[in-house]
Amino acid sequence: MTEATQPIQRRAIALVSGGLDSMLAVKVMQEQGIEVEGVNFFTGFCVEGHTHAIRKKDKDKDKRNNALWVAEQLGIKMHIIDISEEYKDVVLNPKHGYGANLNPCLDCKIFMVNQATLMINKAREFAGDRGFDFIVTGEVIGQRPKSQRKETMPIISQESGADDRLLRPLCAKNLPATLPEREGWVNRDELFDFSGRNRKPQMALAKHFGLDDFAQPAGGCCFLTDESYSNKLADLWKARNERRYELDDIMLLKVGRHLRPKPHYKLIISREEGENRFLEGYRYMFTSITTVSCPGPLALVDGNFENEEELQQAAAIVARYSKGRVQDEVTLEIRQADGVARQVTVKPALPDDVPVAWNVG
Amino acid sequence: MWGDDMSDVIHELDTRRLLCPMPVIKTQNKVRTLQTGDQLRVISTDPGSLNDIPAWCRINGHEVLETGEQGHEVYVLLRVGEDNGALF
Repeated sequence: MTEATQPIQRRAIALVSGGLDSMLAVKVMQEQGIEVEGVNFFTGFCVEGHTHAIRKKDKDKDKRNNALWVAEQLGIKMHIIDISEEYKDVVLNPKHGYGANLNPCLDCKIFMVNQATLMINKAREFAGDRGFDFIVTGEVIGQRPKSQRKETMPIISQESGADDRLLRPLCAKNLPATLPEREGWVNRDELFDFSGRNRKPQMALAKHFGLDDFAQPAGGCCFLTDESYSNKLADLWKARNERRYELDDIMLLKVGRHLRPKPHYKLIISREEGENRFLEGYRYMFTSITTVSCPGPLALVDGNFENEEELQQAAAIVARYSKGRVQDEVTLEIRQADGVARQVTVKPALPDDVPVAWNVG
Repeated sequence: MWGDDMSDVIHELDTRRLLCPMPVIKTQNKVRTLQTGDQLRVISTDPGSLNDIPAWCRINGHEVLETGEQGHEVYVLLRVGEDNGALF
C-alpha cells in the first residue's frame, strides 16, 4: 500500500460520564481501531464525589473521579469542561420539559452533544485529518425514561447539530446507519442492539472486555434526578420569587439539614464535622450561627431575620441540634457576613417546636 | 528534589473550597497556559484531589513530583509534560 492510500486514522470524541455504558461505548470503538478522546462536562449538579468529599464519615471511602478513572482504564485522554454557567439555561428553560423531578434530561443530552459537536467542528477546522470525525455516546434506547427513548434519539441528533455524526455503539443496530457506519469507518455488524432497562447485555459485554470494576450510579450521576434535591431547588426559587441560581447555591443544596421556619429565611445546619468545615467557607457570604457554651453545628442563614424574635427562634433551633439540646440554656454566637457578631442565650427548641413541614427536601 | 528540576519557577494554583471536579478542571486549564517542564503546585481542600489530580496527570502525561497534606489542605506538585493539553 502506498503512502497516498494509507487509510486515515478516524478519531472520535466520546461523552464519558464515568458509568458503564459510556465506558463500553468507547471500548467498542477502540476494538474497531477508532482513536477516542473523552469529554466530561461539569454542570454543577454532578453527584461525583461531592458528598463524599464533604462528609467526614465518608472520608475513608474511595473518592476517585469516575470519568478520570474510566479514561485511565481505557487509555484515553479526557477533557473535563466546566459548563456550569451555560448550563443554567438548560435547567431553567428546558424546551422539552423536566422528567420526574427537575431533571431536564433530554435538553441536557442535546446540550452536551451540541458542545461536543462544537468541539469536533473546531478541531476539524484547526487540525484537519487530526481532528475528530464523529461523536460517541453510551446511550441505549429505553434506558432512561426522559431522554433515552426511540423517539428522542433523532431529536438529540438533529437539535444538537451532530446529525449523522452521532454514533451510539450500544444501540446502533436499532437506529438508521450513521455517517461513520455508511463510510465504513466502523463496521455496523460489530455494533450492538441493546434496548430497555435490562442491564444484563451491558454486564455480559463488560465481562467480555474483562471490565469488572465500574461505577453504577442508580439514578444517573446528576442531583437533579433526586427528588429531595429537586425539592430544595424548587424551594429556593419560590423563596426568591424568581427562577435563578448561582453555583454556590446549588453546592449548598448538597450539604446539611435545610429547614425553612419562615418564607424569608432558611437554615442550613451541618450534620457532622466535614459539613461544618465546608459551611465554614461560606460564613463570609451569610449570617451564621454557632454554639458557644457546648459543641454544636454550624448553621448558615439564607435570608434575613425580620425581627429579634426570629433570630431567637433560629438560635433555639440550632441549639436543638447541639450537644446542649437537653440543657436549660445554650449560648450561641450570631455572626453577620461582615464579621460583626453578638451572643444570645436561648432555651433549645423541643422536637415539637421544629415541625416536619419546615424540612426542605 | 526541586533544585534539580529544569525550571526554578513553581507556579501556584489555589483551588481551596472547590470540590471535585473543579480542582482538576482548574489544573487542566492552568496547565494549558504553561510550558513543558514548568512546575505547578495545586492547593486544595478537597481530599479527593489527591486521587484525581495525579490520575489526570497520568492520563495526560504530566509528572507528579510530590503530594501531601497540611492540616485540612492537600497539595500536588506536578511537572508539565510534552503536551500541555491545549485542544487546538
